[in-house]
Amino acid sequence: MSPRPGFVLEVDRSTPPTLFWRGERFSLERLPEGSRVIYAPEPIDPLKDPTAAIRAALTTPLGDKDPLPALLRPGMKLTIAFDDISLPLPPMERPDIRQMVIEQVLDMAAEAGVDDVAMALHRRMTESELRHAVGDRIYDAFAPNGLLTQHDAEDPEALVHLGLTDQGEDVEINRRAAESDLLVYVNINLVTMDGGHKSVATGLASYKSLRHHHNPQTMQKSKSFMDQHHSELHSSNWRMGRLIADSGVNVFQIETTLNNDTFPSGFTFLQKREWEWGAKDRLGYLAASKALDRTPARYARQIFHSVKAPHRMTSVQAGEVEAVHAVTTDTVWKQQGVVVEGQTDILTMGLPYISPYNVNSILNPILVACLGLGYLFNMYRGKPLVREGGVLIMTHPTPWEFNPVHHPSYIDFFEQVLIETTDPIEVSKRFEESFATDPWYVHLYRTGHAYHGVHPFYMWYWCAHALQHLGAVVIVGGDQAAVHRLGFRAASTLADALEMAKDVVGNSPTLTHLHAPPILMADVQ
Amino acid sequence: MKALVFERNLPRYAASRVASLLGSGRGAGIGPLQLLDAGPPDLPGNDWFHLRPLLSGICGSDLATLDGRSSRYFEDIVSFPFVPGHEVVGILDTGGTDHLGQQLEPGTRAVIEPVLGCAPRHIHPVCPYCAEGQTGLCGNVAFGDLGPGLQTGFCADTGGGWSTAALCAHSSQLHAVPESFSDEDAVMVEPTACAVHAVLSAGIRPHDVVALIGAGTLGLVTTAALHHLVRPDIPCTVMVGAKHAHQQQMARALGADTVVPPEQLARVVRREAGSLVLAGRLTDGADVVFDCVGTSESITQALAMVRPRGRVVLVGMPGKVSVDLAPLWHRELMLVGAYAYGRESSTASLAPHRTFTLAIELVGSAGLGSLVSASYPLERYEEAVAHAGAAGRRGAVKVVFDLRNRKGSTR
Repeated sequence: MSPRPGFVLEVDRSTPPTLFWRGERFSLERLPEGSRVIYAPEPIDPLKDPTAAIRAALTTPLGDKDPLPALLRPGMKLTIAFDDISLPLPPMERPDIRQMVIEQVLDMAAEAGVDDVAMALHRRMTESELRHAVGDRIYDAFAPNGLLTQHDAEDPEALVHLGLTDQGEDVEINRRAAESDLLVYVNINLVTMDGGHKSVATGLASYKSLRHHHNPQTMQKSKSFMDQHHSELHSSNWRMGRLIADSGVNVFQIETTLNNDTFPSGFTFLQKREWEWGAKDRLGYLAASKALDRTPARYARQIFHSVKAPHRMTSVQAGEVEAVHAVTTDTVWKQQGVVVEGQTDILTMGLPYISPYNVNSILNPILVACLGLGYLFNMYRGKPLVREGGVLIMTHPTPWEFNPVHHPSYIDFFEQVLIETTDPIEVSKRFEESFATDPWYVHLYRTGHAYHGVHPFYMWYWCAHALQHLGAVVIVGGDQAAVHRLGFRAASTLADALEMAKDVVGNSPTLTHLHAPPILMADVQ
Repeated sequence: MKALVFERNLPRYAASRVASLLGSGRGAGIGPLQLLDAGPPDLPGNDWFHLRPLLSGICGSDLATLDGRSSRYFEDIVSFPFVPGHEVVGILDTGGTDHLGQQLEPGTRAVIEPVLGCAPRHIHPVCPYCAEGQTGLCGNVAFGDLGPGLQTGFCADTGGGWSTAALCAHSSQLHAVPESFSDEDAVMVEPTACAVHAVLSAGIRPHDVVALIGAGTLGLVTTAALHHLVRPDIPCTVMVGAKHAHQQQMARALGADTVVPPEQLARVVRREAGSLVLAGRLTDGADVVFDCVGTSESITQALAMVRPRGRVVLVGMPGKVSVDLAPLWHRELMLVGAYAYGRESSTASLAPHRTFTLAIELVGSAGLGSLVSASYPLERYEEAVAHAGAAGRRGAVKVVFDLRNRKGSTR
């Protein structure tokens, strides 16, 4: 039976309660009659033979690009770059797609006699994270020789300025990548925002370059940043990507897509529609929710972060960046797209424990905001799911808690910046430069496992479009002080939040619930 | 007339120490402090005058004494029984002369500069410190015509402010209060003088980063002193660690650039100074840290956030503390005390002045009388001391005894 497409349910008296994520916990909430619930399409069929599919993609590239074996020759300098731990979510069961792809690229390189191969990354990962991504064989072959390197956006020697775009944007990327005879970039395209020219222009760039598109003005003009054709973020990256190509950087782009089979057995009820829950699902929900309610938050976090998703590869394409990305985007849409008629006054969403920037870490309050207002709010094409001036209600405990190893500058941003202003433009003007150049953050980024000092600003800019669009944001069940610091309203129950929302949107609001994860994209007609 | 009298009584002392484990000021009712009938003490000489207290503050050092937490260092420089109370505004019923030798009419309101140095003790010639006007440094606080006592309020011969009977004030101690001052303004002069002395002797230089730990009375008046007396000549950044919401609000109102909870102070200092962090300490950090708390924890915190060769100024009275001094040695830090007052050197806009004179001006210009949060009659001394001991938690700053035959109030 072929997988069913996405679905918009209208809640009536017989509709069972709807599952809401609350970080490392979840609850069942009864939505008002007439509300809509948007469900993701079911997982589409994976590739039957991913190894063969990868080989086929590498040997029959898209666009104006020779097959990979023809681009490889003895004595050349080859660099393979790949996405970091932020993709996919949750991390996938072994073997990771990156491992599967890179192994084949390396086999072809070895056959061609290439002996100068190095790999670059978006941010510093731990050894175990790297081993998970590329596999032990590749790690052991490259890491001990210093050929598995992490992209360092703060090492002036390791960066090269390629020029300015016609809009005056600096393009400064990793020197090894730019000066290689061939740069192979291996993507996992979890959402439509990923990949394309953004892979190199963002993933291998410096702060000097990133600041041209990672800013509140750009994000406010990206409606949404999941829709390349209406995203200023992408327009800027595309200008940069074309300049990179014109500069002679030979990029061989490999993009892969996954199905949305997100949770392993035992948690499958999390991706089922509630009225289709069987006895096993109900029992699974009860057992999991009761156990989690009794588990201290930090242990619950450990449990969830150990979950590996059974994602399977649905497509792989390789060759010229734009030709590859067009196919990839279509495939992602097929898996995630759901047609939705019209906007809503109130959009609700349950926020899970994970976002791209807290793998093996804490979803701190800034990441809570970014997950809801940055990522999930922007999961649309056409118009936002919620009307302008509408209300976003999110459920999450939003603890005032940070991982000091991964997010040191987030702590200071939360304590010292958001207490002054939550306006992204004001935040940018007054504080960004000093955080971006703070020597302590630079040190921790370069030598530890910390995100760059400017990263919390980017997370806040990610919210800029939603902050401009929404009339109010309410977090249900959050730490009140933390929620207020974000500039949002705190409610203890969903019913309270709905009452608060009525003050903004009137007494008879329409309500839509985004039932994610699994990830879905609303095509709002 | 009544006075609160502190007697040497070891069982009561032990009882108050145990009770204070439940919270500062909780042992006032069972400790060595007792409300007794009392008259004014005899004047120690003809240059002494009777001052009838109107308001008298409860200070951190008073609380430490009542709680039995005070250092044994002070044992030989107090004399028993004594009437506490060194933050005093009172009235000269029969007049007197002030520190400048000027006549004060009967009915004049005055504050006392409570240090009992060479002049009140009739020691001639005066010690070199008193000769320079640095009376706080006088070493003769147990000699001369008076019993031991570093200040009025700790000396058996002078009486103290926690009394409806008059205390004895030497002419060198008396400062007339401006007509425009309320009694609440006036009672804030003494703690403000401590802050004035601390900030003017801290060697602050232009563009220094200055951190303050604690925002009780001393922290807040130190903030005000920095803003009004230092910054007009020496631009500097003032960052305050304040625990309670009302303290944070007041610190901002009194001129702090940045006010954060205490646990965040090191982080804002780090950002301001552009420092790295090593072994839990800032590699650079604040140029000057004022510790307005005086505990092991606050001193440790201060040493961890000051730059190499920076200065940590102890404004709050410390007791016996346990502090790792390795960073002090390794980073060549200065750990200095700031006790009391005397005469301050000139700055670009300030002429040399008695500290008290500057403090009186500062109290007026910064409106520091508003820091008086609650007043109690002597009879409710247990409540008053408990309130003072929990001032921060209970939304208060300065708690005082109201000796004007009123029932007391809170605001």
